[in-house]
Amino acid sequence: MTATGEIKKSVLVSLWFMFLTFPIMVIRVNTVQDVVEWRWLNMAYIGIGTFFISMLWRYMIRRKEREGKKEKTDNLSFAQKIILDKKIFIPLVALTGLFIIVFPHMFSMYQTNIMISALIYVMLGLGLNIVIGLAGLLDLGYVAFFAVGAYSYALLNLHYGLVFWLALPLGGFLALIFGVILGYPVLRLRGDYLAIVTLGFGEIIRLVLENWNEFSFGPSGIPNIPKPPLFGVDLSLSGSIIYLYYIIVGLVIFTIFVINRLENSRIGRAWIALKDDEIACQAMGIDKARTKLRAFGLGAMWAGMAGVIFAAKTTFINPASFTIWESVIILCTVVLGGMGSITGVISGALLLILLPEYLRAFSEFRMIIFGAVLVLMMVFRPGGIINNVRKTYKFQKT
Amino acid sequence: MDFDYFSYLFFGGLTRGSIYALIALGYTMVYGIIQLINFAHGEIYMIGAFTGLIIASVLTMMGLPSLAVIIIAAAAAIIYASAYGFTIEKIAYKPLRDANAPRLSALISAIGMSLFLQNYVLLAQTSDFLPFPSLIPDFEFWEPYSHIWTSAELVIFITTVIVMILLTFLIKFTKIGKAMRATSQDKTMASLLGINVNRVITFTFVVGSATAAIGGILIASHIGQINFYMGFIAGIKAFVAAVLGGIGSIPGAVIGALILGWTESFFTGYISSDYEDVFAFLFLVGILILRPSGILGKSETQKV
Repeated sequence: MTATGEIKKSVLVSLWFMFLTFPIMVIRVNTVQDVVEWRWLNMAYIGIGTFFISMLWRYMIRRKEREGKKEKTDNLSFAQKIILDKKIFIPLVALTGLFIIVFPHMFSMYQTNIMISALIYVMLGLGLNIVIGLAGLLDLGYVAFFAVGAYSYALLNLHYGLVFWLALPLGGFLALIFGVILGYPVLRLRGDYLAIVTLGFGEIIRLVLENWNEFSFGPSGIPNIPKPPLFGVDLSLSGSIIYLYYIIVGLVIFTIFVINRLENSRIGRAWIALKDDEIACQAMGIDKARTKLRAFGLGAMWAGMAGVIFAAKTTFINPASFTIWESVIILCTVVLGGMGSITGVISGALLLILLPEYLRAFSEFRMIIFGAVLVLMMVFRPGGIINNVRKTYKFQKT
Repeated sequence: MDFDYFSYLFFGGLTRGSIYALIALGYTMVYGIIQLINFAHGEIYMIGAFTGLIIASVLTMMGLPSLAVIIIAAAAAIIYASAYGFTIEKIAYKPLRDANAPRLSALISAIGMSLFLQNYVLLAQTSDFLPFPSLIPDFEFWEPYSHIWTSAELVIFITTVIVMILLTFLIKFTKIGKAMRATSQDKTMASLLGINVNRVITFTFVVGSATAAIGGILIASHIGQINFYMGFIAGIKAFVAAVLGGIGSIPGAVIGALILGWTESFFTGYISSDYEDVFAFLFLVGILILRPSGILGKSETQKV
């Protein structure tokens, strides 16, 4: 394709988008004062922006096509090479570990707080990764289990004075029960129906929490949830935050350990096989329903535990924290990082949660960027930034 | 039982059902052809309503007569919604289809698109509710019945019926309709017989978006306010309607939408309005568990 042809195409695209965005980007009507605001500058931005984006878009599509045609050799990406090379990977992990341990002492309480929320998302991402990345079930109501965990700690503490350390496993367990109860009838459905039903379920939980005032105190939420105690020692505010930070770090490490073990176990391999081909899987004697249910339940359990920590961290919860878009953000972290890959999901979650925190100027564009990320990742790099390295066995003719 | 209240709820349900039907058609047609739940469909409905509102307000301020305003605003909304449907298909779905990506990817891409469009309108316009001018006039001859069935609701119902008839005609008797039916049965075979499958898919998106836009303007001028979030819940409910009737089947979508509209209306009228949305979701879960193929849908058997 010639250069002029390319430019002509891009000009057409940019004209099309200028037409397309005209009423919404350019005109703003103030219906109270009956004034129309014309924002022609926006149109110029759109025109110039889409011109370059369309050039880039076509270039990326062509590059992807070329890559697809190439014979699949051992061309691992840079990140994958690092993960597979033990000499680099182990010191890297050690360094990260050290950084994580000294983090709360090096930075302010505010930073530590942000890190705690990011780590909660890491945990949620890893839990959802079991469901989506390994078992291939699209769960759009994941935040419901998060809510179950958070509310079970808040309510049990309020009514029975249950302490954090008992609530943590109990919250996970309750979420697991919910997951199994929901999963049992629903998992027979095909993939895309499952997405909608889980979405519906997530909204049901939120709406019930919002409307059932006697049970959940409605939209006003539950305040004064205690932070976790440390063997009866009274901690200062900063002390308790640092303590919570170490708890969540420990839990994330535990999660990574469990998922890593699960992935290579019999059940983990069954999940991956189910994701690739259900029929072949059943023919090999894998109980489809039960295997899926396990993935669903386990994923829910992690969300439940993350929910307990969330409640302890914010000390106040209300249904507004558990909307469907929260599920979509978690989905976004998994998709961006790379479905099925543990390092991928962790980096995806840290990127997506920390970047908007530090780039305050862009915070209003957060959700629109998340949306774009989901689409762009699916179009150009469905494997995520760090592709999962699957164990392969190569047959060599001797 | 109070008969007036009953008929009020009945016609309210009929109006709701008509709107759901207009949106559900887009879902069901797209699903019938490429087996994709077009999550962004509710957003197209929202964009249709926004475009209609903006154009209508500008024209009213210019001092055009109200009939001209209605016609131009409606036409603009339909054109723009179709254009958005067309563009979304090209950006978010076509590359995935070309690459033979799994269905899960297309669904994630659709969710991303939905999130993107919602926030695009939020940032470019406003997060507040915008008052929508009531474009539909009150008819004088309808005065005696307006306490149970307002003339706006009557217009919505009649418009829906007309759209349905046109759509049925389009699919049953035109060449492109025939091509659509062929494509939904077997894409490979259709393309072997000289049907441009990609064009048919694009056309389906355009038609679905246009009906959604009609629904958008009607409901907005009936309820009287719109905001960027209105597409999401409406989209989900229309999807429930499409599934209830049997996704992929056009008469099914209409029947499903009417049933959902009536049950919702009676449920909120006689029992409680707090759990209105919960009810729609429970309905969905129930149908999918008990009868996943819907009322008019064909049950699929999986062949190896």
